Order: sequence, then structure tokens, then C-alpha cells
Amino acid sequence: MTKILQINDLFAGLEEKELLHGISLNIKPGETHILMGPNGAGKSTLGHVIMGNPSYEVTSGQILFEGEDITELSADKRAKKGIFLSFQSPIEVPGITLSNFLRSVIESNPDRHAEILNFKDRLEENMKVLKMDPKYAKRDLNVGFSGGEKKKAEILQLLMLNPKLAILDETDSGLDVDAMKTILSGVERFQKDKTRAMIIITHNTKILEKVHFDKIHVLVDGKIAKSGGAEIIDEINKSGFEGYLADKK
Amino acid sequence: MKKKTQVSDVDTSRYDFYFDEEPKDMLKSGVTPEIIDEISKEKNDPEWMREFRQNALRIYNEMPTADWWPPLDGLDMSEIVTYIRSKVRMKNKWEDVPENIKNTFERLGIPQAERESLSGVGAQYDSELVYHNMREEARADGVVYMDIEGAMRDKRYEKMIRDYFMKLVPVDDHKFAALHAAVWSGGSFVYVPKGVHVEYPLQSYFRLNAMGAGQFEHTLIIVDEDAYLHFIEGCSAPKYYKASLHAGCVEIYVKKNATMRFSSIENWSKNMYNLNTKRAIVEEGGKIEWISGSFGSHTSSLYPMSILNGKGARAEFTSISFAGAGQNLDTGAKIIHAAPDTSSYMNTRSISKSGGINTFRSIVKVTKKARGSKSSVSCESLMLDSLSKSNTIPVMDVQTSFADVGHEAKIGRIGDDEIFYLTSRGLSEEEAKALIVRGFCDDVSKELPIEYAMEMNNLISMEMEGSIG
Repeated sequence: MTKILQINDLFAGLEEKELLHGISLNIKPGETHILMGPNGAGKSTLGHVIMGNPSYEVTSGQILFEGEDITELSADKRAKKGIFLSFQSPIEVPGITLSNFLRSVIESNPDRHAEILNFKDRLEENMKVLKMDPKYAKRDLNVGFSGGEKKKAEILQLLMLNPKLAILDETDSGLDVDAMKTILSGVERFQKDKTRAMIIITHNTKILEKVHFDKIHVLVDGKIAKSGGAEIIDEINKSGFEGYLADKK
Repeated sequence: MKKKTQVSDVDTSRYDFYFDEEPKDMLKSGVTPEIIDEISKEKNDPEWMREFRQNALRIYNEMPTADWWPPLDGLDMSEIVTYIRSKVRMKNKWEDVPENIKNTFERLGIPQAERESLSGVGAQYDSELVYHNMREEARADGVVYMDIEGAMRDKRYEKMIRDYFMKLVPVDDHKFAALHAAVWSGGSFVYVPKGVHVEYPLQSYFRLNAMGAGQFEHTLIIVDEDAYLHFIEGCSAPKYYKASLHAGCVEIYVKKNATMRFSSIENWSKNMYNLNTKRAIVEEGGKIEWISGSFGSHTSSLYPMSILNGKGARAEFTSISFAGAGQNLDTGAKIIHAAPDTSSYMNTRSISKSGGINTFRSIVKVTKKARGSKSSVSCESLMLDSLSKSNTIPVMDVQTSFADVGHEAKIGRIGDDEIFYLTSRGLSEEEAKALIVRGFCDDVSKELPIEYAMEMNNLISMEMEGSIG
């Protein structure tokens, strides 16, 4: 089956400072990959580079999405093709409500006009899954939302926009037990569709006990130090990321 | 069909048109005693006005331009025609207004607005009013809305004009107030009698169609005790390569417990120097509400002043200004608290794009007499790129410790993080910027009347049908 995402020997970074030193990654439809690693390893950078954040520059390598080279595409074009990034710190946007924002994003994509018809029902249903007060739909996007509500709103956007590839950047950080559970039920809902794929970026093994995944990649110093399955969790829990640092050196 | 969503420079093409007409009968350009004398003759000025004009010219010649004003290098007064003879006499039926002039106002939507939502309309074309009319209901209530020159020659109002004309804005207020006093022409006079609540707004529209000319209309409004009036002022001009000048003057008297709302929508073409003066004096319990939009002009210098002269008088000032490429908009407001328990509220937003310059100046003065007064100023500026400039210059002069004065200013540039967040959801960069600008103006645009909201739509060519609010 064609890969949803294929990254070939990717080098990228901020101006003057390289942060990713040769990343390769393949993700197939139906898969969920976990990206772990210590702070500053380049996990979020990779998420942002896949999404097309113009602050980062790709110096060599390729990103292919459904077989198409998207390395030079702008973020909005990638989003329209079906990539979504859930932000670690979502931005507050006054002047447009959460519901109207979602509606206008869907409307701005000519291929998705049909989705407007049952927009309201889907919104209500997804908010229910995420245990969000319906009032939040009428509030300005993220404005005055608590940390937990912002994260829920990100997952709500994910469910509404239903991308082919979802990247969750530290969505689990700073959540209490209940909020975590709710967010995960949203994630599960997304995972049900086996034509979709997901990358979960986290530095915490706790979430891995509760979420389905296919692969773990440990990112250290801008390189994938190890890839594998659930056995990696025990390694990390035992000796932290230190072991991978040593491996590398 | 979906419209494009982007923050473009303000689209003035709506105003940038010109219907053929016979050659204009202009006075010579420049400002000399002879030219002023000719204006007086044309207008058949009463003796006091002749003297008033000549005296103002002397003051104009002696006064320097304030050193803090935006540069006026492109304005050569010897090139400006201050008066254009009108071939038509003012009418009170649109059918009687000559075709080309009528078409101009039709295209600006004035007659339609009059039919639908206004109590009365005045329309000035170059130097003279071409149309003035008011609904019967307002007339029956004793509301006076007429051309100010006609009022000056009318026995019923002559004294009122003499008592109030350029008393609030003295001739020597600044250089262009003096110029205005010397060459003023056209404009409206409004009187709302005690206790009369004028249901629909009155609107005066000023159109400067001639090239290399100036427009110097004078608006004098008196809202008597317990009365209410909403007055709308609109201005536009087609674009020429030569500089034009607008130095109008608005004087507003708000009597005891009266309320006046003054909305102005300035959409001058980008060759216009808009050096305008507006001022209101508010007596006990009265209120002035200014709503101001500065979109057009090459250079603007405009700081409406409210003098809170009676106990409990109030002033509100709400404005949006948008400076695009080549524009220098120097705007703001002055509020003088000169009586106890007065209050003022200022809420402004300015946006600059493509190298445009916005400067916001505010002066709040609280005199010793104004014990128990309150003032709150909030001004925010947004720059859409690194070429554009934004300045905020607040001045507070508080002479009593029994006053509550607050000021909040924010200047920001659209952040890369904000744009990336929105583009990561599938909006284009331009759509993202438009969304942020709209959000930025939201608090202020909510307060705007519908006519003004239309201009806002023009400003941020927004689509996203069904997504507003």
C-alpha cells in the first residue's frame, strides 16, 4: 500500500542552526507512530517541518505525502492536502468563533463543500465526545480557554477537519487525568478510520499505556536513535533517554 | 461564487470615477487678498464676513505650520484652487440637480441612502452645495438643516451663525484653521430644538471632483437641551496626480442633557491632504459620541476635540484608521475635562500595511474644576509587515487628584506564529491576515453603525459568508 508519509534523509533547522540531521520515516495508512525523546531533541521541530512552518528551512532531503513531494509546499496547501498539526500552545484568535472558524476553513476548500450540510450535527457530536460545553463553539477561537480546553479544541478541530495525517504535538502535556481520558477518546475516534494515520509527539510514556500505536521512534539530538515497538517503553521507563544518548556517542 | 479574502489596500476605486462635464469655472490658484475678496463677492458676504475672511488670511500668512505635523512637502498652496464657481443653484429635488452631478452622487449611493435611512441629506460638489433636503417629520419638529451660507443670510438664523461660527475653533487655532476661515465655502447648518429626538440620521456628503483644488466646507451643529441627533459625514474624491486639499471645519454645540453622535467616513483619494478640524463643546449632562474612520488621503491630520464643559458631560471616541502604501495618517483625539464628574472613553484601532504610517495622538486634560472625572483610553495598533510604521503618542495632563484616568496602548505586528497556526488549518496567508485584522478591529467595529460597517467590509475585503460574528 502507498505510504501516507515518507521522509527521506531530512536535514532542517532554523536560520544558521541545523536541528534535524537526517531523519527518515515511513508511515502507512492506519498506522499511529509515536515520536519520543528528551526536551530539545527536535520532536516538535519535525512536526512543524512536516506541517510546513516557514520559520524552519529544509536544507536537504524530501517529504513525500501520498507519494507527492511536498517539501516546497506552503502550510495551507499541505493542510488542504490533508495534514493537520495539533499545536502545543494554540494561538488565541479574537473576532471569530470556534464554530465559524471551522466552518470557514471547510468552506475555503472547494473539495469539502458537501461537509457543510451536516456541519452542525458533526460539531455537536464531536463536542459531546470531547465533553466540551456547547457554549465553546460560540466563543472566540481559543480566547480565554483554559489549557485543557485549548487542547480539547485542537482535537475538536482534528475531528472536524478529519485530515489524512494528524500530528499531535505534546497534546498530552499539562492535562489532568480526566482531560487526558477525554482527549484520548477523541484520538481513538480518529484512529478508527484505517485510511488515516497519526504521529503522536510526547516525552511521557504514560500516554502509551492508553493509546493504540504501531511504532515508537526515539529522537535524540535531531536523529532517530531507535525505532521499535512497545518494548521500547520499558527501556525508557528503566533508564530514561540517557541510554540512547550514550548509544549515539 | 466566493469572493477573495485578503487584506488589500483600501479599495478606493469605488470613489475613483469622474463624469465629463463642462470646463470648471475656477478662481486663480493660490491664496491672496484679491482671491479672498473675489470669494466674498461671489458669495455676497455680509460686511462682517468680508472682514473676517481678510483677517483670517493675515493670520494664516503669519502662522507657521506646527512642527509636529506630518510633512506637507507635496502641498504647494500656490497651486491649489480654493474656490470653484458653481454653475448651478442649490436644489432640494434630485431631479433638478444637473445630470453629471446627480450621477456622481447616485454612484456614491447618497439618494438611495436618503430614501432608506436618513432624515435629511446635504450634498456638496466642489465648493458649493448642490442639494439639501430634509424629511417633513423633522421639519415639522422644527429641525433646521440647511446650507450654512443660506442660514447666514436668513434673518431667523443670522444671529445664531454670528454667535457660534468659529467661536469653538478660533481662527488662530492652527494654520489650516486660519486658511479655512479665509476661504471657507459650503457646508451645513443644523439646529435641533429643545427636546427633539431626530429619528434618522442627517448626512452631509462632500465630493471634491476638481483637480488641484481645495474643499473648505464648514459644518455648524447646535443640539439644544434634551435633544438627540446623529449626523453622518462622508467624503470622497477621484484620484489625480496633483495634490488636493481638504481643510474643513466642524463645530458642534451639545446643550444640557443633549446627545450628539457624529460619524465620519473619510475615503479621500490618495493625493489628498486632509487637514481637518473638528470640535464639540458639551454642557451639563450632555454627551458627544465621535465615530471616525480614516481610510483615505495621502496625509491626514485630524484630532477631534471634546470640551466637557458642564457637570456630568460625557465624550466617547471610537475610531479605526487604515494606512496603506504611501499614506501618512496622523490622527487622534483631544478631550478636555473642564467640569466635575465628567467622563470620557476613547477606543481606537489603527492598521498599517505596505509601508503606511499611522500615528495616534491623544490628549486628555483634566482641569482643577473637574473633580470626580473619569477617563479611559485604549488604543491599539497593528502592523501587517515590517515596512509599515505605527506610533502612539498619548498625553495626559491631570490637574486634580480627584480623578480616575487610565490609559492602555498596544502596538503589535502580526506574528509568524499566528499566521502559521491559521495556515496550518488550510487558510492562505492572506486569509489568515484578514482574519487577524478583523479580530483586531472586532471590539471597535461592533460599535459601528451599519453604514460604517459597509466601509469596513470595503476595508477588509472579507468573504467567508456566514462566518461573521
